[in-house]
Amino acid sequence: MPDATGLELLAGELRDADADTVLGTLYFRDKGAIDVAPSRIREVLRFLKGKGYTFLASVHGLDYYPEEPRLGVQYELLDMSSVDRLTVRLRVPVDAPNVPSVTPEWPTADHQEREVWDMFGVVFDGHPDPRRILMPEDYEGHPQRRDFPVGGEPVLFTYHQAQGTDYTLGVDPPHEGSSTPA
Amino acid sequence: MSSVETRDVDVLDLGELGHHAGDAEQTELLTINLGPHHPATHGVLRLYTTLEGEVIRDIKPIIGYVHTGIEKTAEDKSYWKVIPVVERMDYLAYYFNAHAFCGAVETLLELEVPKRAQYLRVIHLELNRIQSHLVWLGTSALDVGAMSLLFYCFRERENCLDLFEMSSGQRMHTRYIQVGGVMEDIPVGFAEKAKAFTKRMRNSADDYHALLSKNEIFLNRMRNVTPLDEQTLLDLGVTGPLLRAAGNPWDLRKAQPYSSYEDFDFKIPVGTKGDNWDRYAVRMAEIYESCDIIDQALDGLPEGAHIADDRKVVLPPRHELATSMEALIHHFKLVTEGFRVPPGEAYYPIESPRGELGCFVRSDGSSKPARVHMREPSFVNLQAIGPMVTDSYIADLIATLAMLDPILGGIDR
Amino acid sequence: MEIVRSGPVDPADFRARGIRARDALRGNLEDDALEQYVTERVMTTTLDKALNWARGNAIFPATFGLACCAIEMMTIVAGRMDVARFGAEAFRGSPRQSDLMIISGRISIKMAPIVRRVYDQMLEPKWAIAMGACSSSMGIFNNYSLVPADKFLPVDVHVPGCPPRPEALMHGILKLRSMIQDDPKLGWRDRYEARGTEELVGDPRQAPAAVNVFQPEDHRA
Repeated sequence: MPDATGLELLAGELRDADADTVLGTLYFRDKGAIDVAPSRIREVLRFLKGKGYTFLASVHGLDYYPEEPRLGVQYELLDMSSVDRLTVRLRVPVDAPNVPSVTPEWPTADHQEREVWDMFGVVFDGHPDPRRILMPEDYEGHPQRRDFPVGGEPVLFTYHQAQGTDYTLGVDPPHEGSSTPA
Repeated sequence: MSSVETRDVDVLDLGELGHHAGDAEQTELLTINLGPHHPATHGVLRLYTTLEGEVIRDIKPIIGYVHTGIEKTAEDKSYWKVIPVVERMDYLAYYFNAHAFCGAVETLLELEVPKRAQYLRVIHLELNRIQSHLVWLGTSALDVGAMSLLFYCFRERENCLDLFEMSSGQRMHTRYIQVGGVMEDIPVGFAEKAKAFTKRMRNSADDYHALLSKNEIFLNRMRNVTPLDEQTLLDLGVTGPLLRAAGNPWDLRKAQPYSSYEDFDFKIPVGTKGDNWDRYAVRMAEIYESCDIIDQALDGLPEGAHIADDRKVVLPPRHELATSMEALIHHFKLVTEGFRVPPGEAYYPIESPRGELGCFVRSDGSSKPARVHMREPSFVNLQAIGPMVTDSYIADLIATLAMLDPILGGIDR
Repeated sequence: MEIVRSGPVDPADFRARGIRARDALRGNLEDDALEQYVTERVMTTTLDKALNWARGNAIFPATFGLACCAIEMMTIVAGRMDVARFGAEAFRGSPRQSDLMIISGRISIKMAPIVRRVYDQMLEPKWAIAMGACSSSMGIFNNYSLVPADKFLPVDVHVPGCPPRPEALMHGILKLRSMIQDDPKLGWRDRYEARGTEELVGDPRQAPAAVNVFQPEDHRA
């Protein structure tokens, strides 16, 4: 990992390249993270690629509900020759969840950005195939947002079932004991 | 002077008759579906293939058929209870899933794992790696046609699962790796049995080599079939045996050692061409290396605790509950509410049998994680199937898919 | 080596049996002797029972491995818990050729219509085993993406476990086998009193997207 000073130097160089790219840095548990503005993500990754971070290990999303801006996307970068890891983070609000897609330069982000779109609703502009990947194509909603309910249904125990083949008749309303406790 | 009359014979150009893979003589494209219910796709994978004759022109993997919402379920449960949920993700490498998650939580907690626990974790992780490679070998050989290997590999796997049952009581999804160490110390007799297993495993791996590695049919199906160069693999984010088969010796156990891997002396098998044969050979060699690591870990197993001391995080041993009030209170708090983790984000990568398995945990200070994401190697490796099999035959697709070793539970989570 | 005789045999009895055997060979047995001969040697049974016995001992499961339970399902085919002892080792790839669908693993909402379609393609008599906690009742993942198998297809045997040990699955298969061999009413429509619930999809030849549907008239040329 670049240590704290190395992280600041890197952030400084990014700021020199473009003034309002870097929104902040964080050095936590021996790992550096850079917060960037969403619209500049491609340039940032290109710059870091030039610095040696040539492997994009992971693109994942998260929901910072109830803090705004809510949706976050994180890019885990890896420098294989000097074994360094770096996180690039960005945040977008729900009403304008557009982030430029990095897939043209980093083909590994293809499926991973589709998953972030599917689960969180972050729209990646320029992605070659913006379809849902894990949920059915016609599913509505973005399941891993924090305000999306976990869902599930009451387990049909034998004493809940009515006689006959229609399993929905005569089912008792779910009592408190039937959903999974924390 | 010969008395036989010679005349010019039209030389029969066999090249004109045979359609080589890649010659676009026919232009009719047929789009078919392989899966999701298919005996040869390893799990419920749907491959939307566009064929020209027997040659694949385009392939799109469609996944999501076993999407279980593991990450969402994990946000609903306390950290201790997330471990069995997350274990069922990549269902052949269950110790690895648990270790990635526990490692991320330990990073956030800044919890020190005792040395003995680290060694025990390594032993079980390497046993799990052997077990995963055995299932891979058995099912891949079945796909290619060598059916007897399925029975041989599963026979060895039973011995491996006996060891798991001995240490934790369960064959699969054992919940053995906990935050702070391992659940229980290994019982008496485990070390001897594990040593006997590794000895037998080496002999069995020699048998499998004898069956497959010089078999002409197997060689024809694997040698020079669907090679992919290292740079394309790196661009696609592929890690693990696939990348090592292409020549890049990237292994997190050596590059970024975790859990005392730096104490062990083992080699990283690396291929040269990146074709199916190299992928097969790399995994077979890894079985031997894992046996070495297990032997070294058993020989050098240090004395000590099998789990960390911090009672705010780790359950107290059961015999203390009868005598100590604090132990009772700790136990109660840990089981009902769970331990709280300081807010922050951590990403903990480890080397699973398929590549870099990373667990990202975000904590908001409460007793339940705010986000758990597993960077699953099969999910990223699956993107390589397109560049690998385009312009080769369907039979090569089946063999390549076997060598890719996708685990749909991890892909779909 | 010692030869042990089972006791003195009455020479008259022995002689009588020898004469009777000679008569049987020549077709000379009459009345009582004939009846006794038949009851001693020939098994009588109803056709149903014979069919059930055959069906139970030769179950062809369909390869329907979904998730972790599929690995334990593969283990019962392997050497230690050998399911071939019970005749069920021939896993068929095509649902048309199989009787039993072992739903091993979690069924997501994307997969459920496919499970149902594969189940529909199986020919009567067919059975389903819901293996594991996830297929019976969503297991530990009670969330937005899973569906229990009971919601959309009739399950005969539920095998609990996560994943169930191969012995547990074997127990489930044996339970199914005894159900098949004892119950004369095969077919889930009889078992669940669901006659009249068949869904008729109409003539596939009229469907606009139907290609290459075999037309019997085409064959006469």
